[in-house]
Amino acid sequence: MDNVTTAEGIAHAEHGHEAHELSFLQTYVFSQDHKVIGIQYAITALLFLLFGFTLMMLMRWNLAFPGRPIPVIGNFLGMANAPGGIMLPEFYNQLGAMHGTIMVFLGVVPLAVGGFGNYVLPLQIGAPDMAFPRLNMASYWSFFLGGVVMIASFFVPGGAANSGWTSYAPLSVIALEGQTWWLIGMMFLITSSLLGSVNFIVTTLQLRAPGMSFMRLPFFVWAQLVTSFLLLLAFPPLEAAGVLQLMDRVADTSFFMPSGLVVGDGPLEISGGGSPLLWQHLFWFLAHPEVYVLILPALGIVGEIVANNTRKPLWGYRVLVYSVIFLGFMSFIVWAHHMFLTGMGTTISTFFQTTTMIISIPSVVILSAMFLSLYGGSIRYTVPMLFALAFLPMFGIGGLTGLPLGLTAPDIHLHDTYYVIGHFHYVVAPGTIFALFAGIYYWFPKATGRLMNDLLGRIHFWGSIVAINCVFMPMFITGLAGMNRRLYDGGMQYAHVQGVMEWNAFMSYGAWALGFFQIFFIFNFFWSIRHGKKVGNNPWQSTTLEWQAPSPPPHGNFSTPPEVHRGPYEYSVPGASSDFSMQGEAPGADPEPAKV
Amino acid sequence: MSGNAEEVRKHIATYKKIAWALAVGTIVTVLASYLDVSVALGITIALIIASTKASLVAVYFMHLGEERSQWLNLTLGMTAAFWLVLMLVPLFTFSDHIGVAKTLPNANAPMEHAAEAH
Amino acid sequence: MEIPYTVAVRPDTGLNNVKLGIWLFLASEVMLFGGLFSTYVLLRMGAVEWPLGAEFLNIPIGTVNTAILIASSVTMVMAYASLKLGDFAKYKTYMLATVLLPVLFLCIKGYEYYEKVQHDHLPSHSTFLAIYWTMTALHGIHIIGGIAVNGYFWGPGSKMWHTKPAMFENRVEAAGLYWHFVDLVWIFLFPVLYLL
Repeated sequence: MDNVTTAEGIAHAEHGHEAHELSFLQTYVFSQDHKVIGIQYAITALLFLLFGFTLMMLMRWNLAFPGRPIPVIGNFLGMANAPGGIMLPEFYNQLGAMHGTIMVFLGVVPLAVGGFGNYVLPLQIGAPDMAFPRLNMASYWSFFLGGVVMIASFFVPGGAANSGWTSYAPLSVIALEGQTWWLIGMMFLITSSLLGSVNFIVTTLQLRAPGMSFMRLPFFVWAQLVTSFLLLLAFPPLEAAGVLQLMDRVADTSFFMPSGLVVGDGPLEISGGGSPLLWQHLFWFLAHPEVYVLILPALGIVGEIVANNTRKPLWGYRVLVYSVIFLGFMSFIVWAHHMFLTGMGTTISTFFQTTTMIISIPSVVILSAMFLSLYGGSIRYTVPMLFALAFLPMFGIGGLTGLPLGLTAPDIHLHDTYYVIGHFHYVVAPGTIFALFAGIYYWFPKATGRLMNDLLGRIHFWGSIVAINCVFMPMFITGLAGMNRRLYDGGMQYAHVQGVMEWNAFMSYGAWALGFFQIFFIFNFFWSIRHGKKVGNNPWQSTTLEWQAPSPPPHGNFSTPPEVHRGPYEYSVPGASSDFSMQGEAPGADPEPAKV
Repeated sequence: MSGNAEEVRKHIATYKKIAWALAVGTIVTVLASYLDVSVALGITIALIIASTKASLVAVYFMHLGEERSQWLNLTLGMTAAFWLVLMLVPLFTFSDHIGVAKTLPNANAPMEHAAEAH
Repeated sequence: MEIPYTVAVRPDTGLNNVKLGIWLFLASEVMLFGGLFSTYVLLRMGAVEWPLGAEFLNIPIGTVNTAILIASSVTMVMAYASLKLGDFAKYKTYMLATVLLPVLFLCIKGYEYYEKVQHDHLPSHSTFLAIYWTMTALHGIHIIGGIAVNGYFWGPGSKMWHTKPAMFENRVEAAGLYWHFVDLVWIFLFPVLYLL
């Protein structure tokens, strides 16, 4: 099998009976190859992650040093945003709303699902590509357009959306032009997700190689499959809600605008009769499953890396599969735990409190299975494994801190405080994003044929794990003290948080340190494409199908459809000559050594 | 080209019957709307007729009656379940207020405009 | 390596790729319109007063439109059956009807919208009109999409019948499923908005 680069292989692709040369545009820009699309998604998403991170680093200046001019950057932000380099509250709110939006919808999900899902899933099931390659390309470009619209919104009069990533009505309805751009951007992003999820489900169900039964699928594939169902069924109500909010803003309807609303100098000239709660229900109907979309691919990645670096099967494969399916189902009926303080009423709050407590069970089961997988393993502390290992307790902290938020009584105190921010960041930042880093270090050699630099990876890891805890751990302290979210000056004006204000500067230094350590990763990523140590098909000695293909795989992935004879994690099989047996290896191909 | 010609003709006969059933259903639902019944009963009747017509379209025109795929059943089953959950959202919103008379402190409306939530 | 099961049915799932794909898409559409129906219910439950459909909408016109759409669903399924019988000419006739009938629907709807604008019954007038305009407009956009797809399969796309008939049948079936769904939505929309 020639070790041709993916691009060359695609440019000289054989589609069925006709071999034809594809143009530069068809190979690199409007590619229909899942590997190219996966890389497009990944790099675009990483850029957005960096941008969203930068927004946060700006915010943290004002939280640490409210009212002080921002050094250097402050001069370039413009009079409308930061006159004299001092951040205006309206600009802080833009940064806040867009940080959330960009990280969730333009960063994490496109990387986790669009990037990793697209690149790895067809390879892991032994497929030549996704079921609908053109749809795949359309879904990437829809994402890209959505991203352009979101970024462009910073430059319209009034700036970007500033009503939180949650865009609650009526504030978002009376907000300036940027909010309309946000809604349009979301339409593109939702479309992208919907097209992608159809593709993933059809691919997983229909294109599995012979012998790849459902219970032989790598856990990563199960995680992506459930994630795709979540995206498919949960996003449309938000699309509907987005249309309704657009109508409220542009056509003066009152879907979310209650009667008698007074703004500024007088009552609004609208029909009224709408419900702000309607927006919240429709938004959270998506946004809660969305957070499981954020975590499930990460759990899948960690599962692969843990099995590979403990040289033993994942503990409780069936339990993991059933848990992830149950988790996906439950995620649709917990959403109103985000609305405990809206005055919904105790009956409904109790219902959602109960379902929220129930959903913690499969999460705990999955995490426990991962921990149990370590027991008795021969642990290799590779860079992917470092990130995967760190994920486990970090996700644990995130999950545990979610419990008092899911219970209605303590939530009265904790809702809308920094405790919430600490909780969800622990799950997404040292949780999901660490898992995504692990995945990048792990699958980089498959995509490029080279390893990323080990030393730089370790510096990246240790710097990040320390810094990230410095940013988020104190949030539980300030949150418990009652420091509110979304305050541009870090709560300076409130008496009840004066005792914890000093944590703001500490957290900001942590955030800037965290930013500093990402430089090692960014450099490593690009440097290793050219100068990383060259490796063959299976540098990690892994069992799953993608490691049977060349690094990088050519167009069509496998010259002949692989046949699957084994489960996904046949590590340390007694009697085998090596400590791993690949899924495509015929059973009995390895004679038993003479018993001693 | 594909498919047994006899079977297809049987299908066509069925389609014609279903077409008439849908036409009748449409007329019935319009006539039913003129009946002097409570709002709740009116809504119920209309939804029953609509659901029947929809089922005919789904089972016969969309060939759902003939599909034998577990995954399809699972997908549609899940969709139906979550669609039901969506329909319950209004109930969740108003559960504490159903049957309770409320005075809406409305800046535009006169104060004696007490409204009963329904 | 070719992508398998684009036309042939995969034994263990009982589906081919296109059929599964279109049903998944329709599932998402159910949730989309579900969100809007849910909105309708919530707004009506919370409203101080809610008009009867007949106060703003013309029931005879709505009934005619319903009949038109149901007819187009019938012609769609007849077009597909004609393909299965190998009768390309009949297919073309039925498919043309399936394209033209919704065009008539849109003209009538356009007239209804025009009348509303003349009487200042805009979406901003009340929540009833807001949800009426929004739901029918979104449904209308889906109709336009259907006209485009069906038009393509009647016109330039129909060339595939001569080169890859099985795949063409498949595609028409998928287009049909989408079209029946659009009809399904209207079967609910009509009584909910016009009659209740």
